[in-house]
Amino acid sequence: MNPLTATAVGKRYRTRWAVRDCSFAIPEGKVVALVGPNGAGKSTLLRMAAGLVRPTTGELRTFDTPVNGRIHPDVSFLAQNRSLYRDLTVRELTRAVAAMNDRWSADRVREVLGLLAGVDYDAKVGTLSAGALTQVAIAMALGRLPRLLLLDEPLSDLDPLARDETLRIIMTEVADRGTTVVMSSHLLSDLREVCDHILLIDGGRVQVDGDIEEVLARHRILVGPVAEESTVEGTLVSATRTERQATLLLREARPAPEGWAGTEPDLESLVMGYLRASRERRSSA
Amino acid sequence: MLTDVIEFRIDRRSGVSTYMQIVQQVKQAMRLGLLHPGDRLPSAREVVEATAVNPNTVLKAYRELEREGLVEARRGLGTFVTKSLSSEATIGDDAPLRQELTGWMGRAQQGGLLVEDVDALYSAVRDEHYPAEERA
Repeated sequence: MNPLTATAVGKRYRTRWAVRDCSFAIPEGKVVALVGPNGAGKSTLLRMAAGLVRPTTGELRTFDTPVNGRIHPDVSFLAQNRSLYRDLTVRELTRAVAAMNDRWSADRVREVLGLLAGVDYDAKVGTLSAGALTQVAIAMALGRLPRLLLLDEPLSDLDPLARDETLRIIMTEVADRGTTVVMSSHLLSDLREVCDHILLIDGGRVQVDGDIEEVLARHRILVGPVAEESTVEGTLVSATRTERQATLLLREARPAPEGWAGTEPDLESLVMGYLRASRERRSSA
Repeated sequence: MLTDVIEFRIDRRSGVSTYMQIVQQVKQAMRLGLLHPGDRLPSAREVVEATAVNPNTVLKAYRELEREGLVEARRGLGTFVTKSLSSEATIGDDAPLRQELTGWMGRAQQGGLLVEDVDALYSAVRDEHYPAEERA
């Protein structure tokens, strides 16, 4: 059973489609990087999965149940604005959130907050640093003992130490409970090392979806003479060209012909290639 | 409590995937005689605590090592080294091949070669003798 599936999901705000015709299935136990530029539709997609926004078209399912205006009990969502009660202390907040949830593990919350260097339970939530605020919010999300954790930009605004601590909390959750995680960022570098699955969206549409190693293994970057581009076999994703040299990103490429050098792309080049292609399609549409 | 035998160093700038870095570092440690048959590899949880990488990646690297017959997962106990990769040829500072390489490296340094030059030369000669297709 897939923790999260989308079938032809779209969301229109007035005249603009924030998400358009998105279909994918997240396999259980994966740590998914939901990446794309600002405004790509990442937050809208996560908010729809959490039941906060209704899709205009199509359907999202969490654990095989249609998301219908409410969050599935096995799903936790960290909103980008970390909407917490800012006037409460951390201790009061913990009690309040506990009271709102049928299934709740105070032990788990204590354990997660215990991983941090000195969270003050008597501090007002509104006075916490960006890092501590995010970590407290994640602790609340984990108190629900989710099987699917949706995190919207969990690492934005965090200093390197807080970022490392936050990743440690999330990865420890995966190691301990096998939780499926979907986390978004507009910075691929934030997620590159901790994710095993990529969902790249741009212009509201899915551009790349799959296990990162498998996706990379299916692609090649070929560099060679512009004049002999026709000798290259494979599906062209995108290309950059100078007067003499062509650099091609190909899917299902055949071995490089004589005079061409082929390498497996790194994830950054692959993502850039797809984003370039998506831009070109939109500007020519 | 078992003490950790090795610790992974994940270089996020290297361009080599975390998965591959773990596989390579285990093999490297086995070749250098730092890991022996019977040694337990750090658990995914322990690696996560030390380096904040994805535990799935650690397990995937261990599965690959298991597929290659180098380690064995024992349910509830951990993953253990089952094979030795070290030999007279690679172990210790006085191994003959190592001494030859040390001499070569010294001459390269005296000749004013930069580390990039040394890496390029080494990779070129290595690839002549061990073509990439055969290594994979």
